[in-house]
Amino acid sequence: MLDTRRIRPDFPILAQQENGQRLVYLDNAATSQKPLRVIDAITHFYSHHNANVHRGAYALAVEATEAYEAARTAIARFVNAWAREGVVFTRGTTESINLVAGSWGRANVKGGDTVVVTAMDHHSNIVPWQILCQEKGATLRMVEITKDGRIDLADFGRALEAKPKIVAFPYVSNSLGTVNPAAQLSKLAHAAGAVTVVDGAQSSPHLRVDVQALDCDFYALSGHKMLGPMGSGALVAKPALLEAMPPYHGGGEMIERVWDDRSSWNKIPHKFEGGTPNVEAAVGLGAAIAYLEQLGMDKVSEHEQELARVAIDRLSQIEGVTIYGPRDHRAGVVPFTYGDIHPHDLATILDKDGVCIRAGHHCTQPLMRRLGVAATARASFYIYNDLDDIDALVTAVRKAGELFGVLAS
Amino acid sequence: MNDLGDLYQQVILDHNRNPRNFKRLESANRKAEGNNPLCGDRIQLYVQLDGGTITDIGFQMPQGSGCAISKASASLMTDAVKGKPVKDAEAMFAAFRGMLSGGANAPGKLAAFSGVRAFPSRIKCANLAWHALHAALQNSAEPVTTESAKDF
Repeated sequence: MLDTRRIRPDFPILAQQENGQRLVYLDNAATSQKPLRVIDAITHFYSHHNANVHRGAYALAVEATEAYEAARTAIARFVNAWAREGVVFTRGTTESINLVAGSWGRANVKGGDTVVVTAMDHHSNIVPWQILCQEKGATLRMVEITKDGRIDLADFGRALEAKPKIVAFPYVSNSLGTVNPAAQLSKLAHAAGAVTVVDGAQSSPHLRVDVQALDCDFYALSGHKMLGPMGSGALVAKPALLEAMPPYHGGGEMIERVWDDRSSWNKIPHKFEGGTPNVEAAVGLGAAIAYLEQLGMDKVSEHEQELARVAIDRLSQIEGVTIYGPRDHRAGVVPFTYGDIHPHDLATILDKDGVCIRAGHHCTQPLMRRLGVAATARASFYIYNDLDDIDALVTAVRKAGELFGVLAS
Repeated sequence: MNDLGDLYQQVILDHNRNPRNFKRLESANRKAEGNNPLCGDRIQLYVQLDGGTITDIGFQMPQGSGCAISKASASLMTDAVKGKPVKDAEAMFAAFRGMLSGGANAPGKLAAFSGVRAFPSRIKCANLAWHALHAALQNSAEPVTTESAKDF
């Protein structure tokens, strides 16, 4: 496991108390905390290099552009992108997927076509496709999940019989923690003639990602879940696809020439980066990637998987606790319910002990319906969590049981 | 655990475990649905209104969709307004909202929710049933959501 005694001091917020208790932050699937290195990178950018990018003829503007483009290179290296030109900065996974739906989707999906998503997708990988399909008169097909929380491969195969134009799925489920066989799914989808869109919001922070090995077509990621700033993120795509796609947002920076009545487009990735970008977010994300690379993504995965294993083991010993998701092939996400205590009540009770967990539908309402629950509680781990955090979680859950006189269901 | 004891008072835990008026009223002449889209809580409220008086009232929450605060609040609300004129029910709603936004305690058992004040993230849970009641009394066809109400 990682040496959290050395990691925790890098995160100023962890020194803070919550309700008079040590902060036990277990909502990392929602967003991660930020190390000083990231916070300082943002401050340093504004203190020393701030100017608009890609346009100034003066040295400061060149420095700002270099800082921005260095972050693009870092992302490309981090996920083994096809080319650094295939990395488009966005506000995060949601915008990345909307970009694909709004550009590639609108140009290529026609009435009668099919788009495939899965029942474990986050709303951000469902709703953009619903909007596209409604606009085009296309069919949205949702692939079912198995009882233990995996993508149902038989149903996935049936969905491919419709020869879908797009197949979208999450690499890692934010609600279940399932690590999906993304390379296999992508291969099957390609054989059926589809392009593949991988929601990488939960994989990028936690796994060693190699988009070329996955051989997907589009890969979306969010910076804020991987130690970076909120509003940072990227769409990583095969350059040839981006070349052929129409622009997403019109504006400055994305053009080559503007006539009175028409324009021609800048080269990729700039064609998709209209307007002044969030340079501080890009710079902060670059610093976050440097921090993760220093730890090593294999060690990061191993650490979280061990924490999840211990948490599942210990929570399972409490009578009335139900854990959701598969036994193996899972990331550091532990969804659970406890008897008839509503997850919101659990979250409130845990908060009093300084333990922050998420309670609710986790932006996966179709999945919740299939699990037959309105909500779950979810503990999710990251590099600064340790076994003391799991002690605090388990103690607080037991306390909730005492308060509510839990009826084990 | 003092603060938690203030939030989860015994009367709230009791009404959560054994909600009163937890029934579908087939005869109801007013109905409303309440949603808290942030947490997925849903309530279906049935009101029998006769000559300006709430003669019967019932509520349902789909399996697992009500937390202790929202379910107990709905239960205590239905007890409090049953048999009361509409204007009294609306006055109770005003008093209840007032209490949750820092004002004086609401009358009777409704005061059990005074502890919710210290938990801003749970105020919507306590108010959900009351917003549904208000919508039912206004005969509003639109489901109410905690996101459209001004007091959150």
